Amino acid sequence: MIPGRSLTMATVEMTFTPLPAHVRTARLVATAVARRSGVAEALLDEVRLAVGEACSRAVEVHQEHCPAEPVRVALTGADRRFEVVVTNTAASDDSMEMPTIPGPAAPRSAGPGPTTPRSAGPDPATPRSAGPDPATPPNGGPLGLPADLGLAVIAGLADDVQVSRTGHGLSIRMSWPSEGTAR
Amino acid sequence: MDLKLEHHTTDSIEVVDVEGEIDVYTAPRLRELLIDLVNNGHYQLVVNMEKVEFLDSTGLGVLVGGLKRVRAHDGSLDLVCTQERILKIFRITGLTKVFGIHDSVDEAIAARKSEK
Repeated sequence: MIPGRSLTMATVEMTFTPLPAHVRTARLVATAVARRSGVAEALLDEVRLAVGEACSRAVEVHQEHCPAEPVRVALTGADRRFEVVVTNTAASDDSMEMPTIPGPAAPRSAGPGPTTPRSAGPDPATPRSAGPDPATPPNGGPLGLPADLGLAVIAGLADDVQVSRTGHGLSIRMSWPSEGTAR
Repeated sequence: MDLKLEHHTTDSIEVVDVEGEIDVYTAPRLRELLIDLVNNGHYQLVVNMEKVEFLDSTGLGVLVGGLKRVRAHDGSLDLVCTQERILKIFRITGLTKVFGIHDSVDEAIAARKSEK
């Protein structure tokens, strides 16, 4: 067994060059696998958006720190859950702290609240607050943006979100209920 | 689907019609258009999102950036959106309190003119 690998084999694994154009492909694949894994149609939009946010975030980090390294996405349908893990390999610097998962500004529409251990501290590798617009305040501001808008969106969409340090970077793990177990 | 952008002037308000997906790949085009409009003196903007199929936080950032730019000139940026899946991301991020969100372009223009 490869250290750090889950015992459960992912239904689909993919890697892609950290380019914005490929994020859409990742979204489409994730949505297709989620549907095949039995995720309810009403939740597919949430899967699509959350995976897109996680991949966009990883692409930005990779472009800044390691543009030659691919972004990794694992999609697993098992035990009545559909789980997505997006892993970047850029934040290997020991001085980097894990990003805070902001709370959503509004209650979730379905499912239980996040069970995520909400870690403290900013992520210096990802100063992304609301895309690359220079007019956007980096840490919130008069317009009321959360410090990390992408993570705020993910936290508001996924049932369960966990950000953890992997051997070479950070991974965002998120999951939704499913009825099937596509393999 | 790619992003399609058009704009026209109605009652002295610039209406931007957006169609397709606004994400990390396409959002820079919308940002450039909004910057161009502001640089050309258009400070009253309505962004019609009725044909937007996907919007992520990068797109939200572009809209917030546009709002900041027009506000610097005492202008406004209102949105037209009735799609629940798009509205949801505004609610999650609390941006429903930041933008004026309307059901139609006519309603957005009327609301803006009534505030003048």
